[in-house]
Amino acid sequence: MDNLRKKAKELLESKTVDLVIGYENGTNGKARAVFIKDPEKTGKLIYDDRCKQNLAVYLNKHEVKHYGKIAIVAPLMVMRSVLVLVSECQLKPENIVVLGIGEDGSLLDFPSLEVVEKYIAKIPLGNPEPDQVIIDKLNAMSMEQRREFWQNELERCFKCYACRAACPMCYCLRCTVECNQPQWISAPAHPLGNLEWHQLRTMHLTGRCVSCGDCGRACPLNIPIHLLTMQQAEEAFHMFGVRAGTSQKADSALSTYKPDDKENFIL
Amino acid sequence: MEQFEPKLVAFVCNWCTYAGADLTGTSRIKYATNVRIIRFPCTGRIDFMLISKAFANGADGVIVSGCHPNDCHYTSGNFHARRRWMSFNAMLTFMGIDPERIIFSWVSAAEGAKWADIVNQSVEKIRKIGPFTEYQKLVQSGIEEENFNG
Repeated sequence: MDNLRKKAKELLESKTVDLVIGYENGTNGKARAVFIKDPEKTGKLIYDDRCKQNLAVYLNKHEVKHYGKIAIVAPLMVMRSVLVLVSECQLKPENIVVLGIGEDGSLLDFPSLEVVEKYIAKIPLGNPEPDQVIIDKLNAMSMEQRREFWQNELERCFKCYACRAACPMCYCLRCTVECNQPQWISAPAHPLGNLEWHQLRTMHLTGRCVSCGDCGRACPLNIPIHLLTMQQAEEAFHMFGVRAGTSQKADSALSTYKPDDKENFIL
Repeated sequence: MEQFEPKLVAFVCNWCTYAGADLTGTSRIKYATNVRIIRFPCTGRIDFMLISKAFANGADGVIVSGCHPNDCHYTSGNFHARRRWMSFNAMLTFMGIDPERIIFSWVSAAEGAKWADIVNQSVEKIRKIGPFTEYQKLVQSGIEEENFNG
């Protein structure tokens, strides 16, 4: 933690970066995001188990972007999100400094994004263990049971779009869900509209989700919607052999193709 | 009891399947009349939301068809579409919506007979599965809620 504070202070003092995004102590014993411009205030920075939010979500916000060069406290999921944002031309590599956090909580030194890529290449990627267990359980159910499960869960959704706000990859300024000519998704929160909204979200994140689970954590009703995108992340890996957020150059799974993609259902 | 006549919507690409369906007609091959054909510039244009919309508007089944791989008029539209369908299929399966109501196929402009086969088979298949009541219930609940809310 001291290393992290020291490094952040150095970066701000030398004007290498204009802003540091990290975690600080919030209310009720929770950690929250903090935006530091003043090198004297870097003492606020913390990193521990409570720091779960994917901070990359702020990188693409207009208010944050105009600061210029930004350093971000980055556990694995944030590193991967940064790479996805760079690969989708949402972030300039020269405008970001990754303050990597290793699995043991120590500060990693990343002089460039290439080094981040190399670091990620060495780590086994996939969904977090507890979530994958639930996904496997769901996959073992019959089609009928799964439908019932999702209908019960999604019925509660009141379309606050917190899942969208929490996701670093949901950065479109005009989302299809707000489009009303034609109205793709019916606005009120009824079972059909809810199903369509979550289908849309899941499909638009296929091959782009880094399995951080922030959509599920953001949900005020605790609907496990992160399972949908996580399952698709696994599917994209099995079907197309790609994982999001491993390279700053790669195309996302659905914006590219291989002539010999294998499927067994097209007649 | 009268036989259930399913409603099918076919999303087809302009360059292959639409021309193929045309050939079916000019070759005077008869096929089931349950299908409504909608022409698209390319399979790459067929958004998954269109399939959802078809179901929400009362379709019991959907046929999606375009040029064979490597035959796309725009070189790669059908390759992109294939990935999208694979993902969509996987997602529907995980959400417990059986993707068997969606029939994907490649039909070229020369395969008039194959088009007739695909349609006939699909209609038979959907007839056996029956009307898509689960989805219609969802639609109905939406309408009721909207009326209730004024």
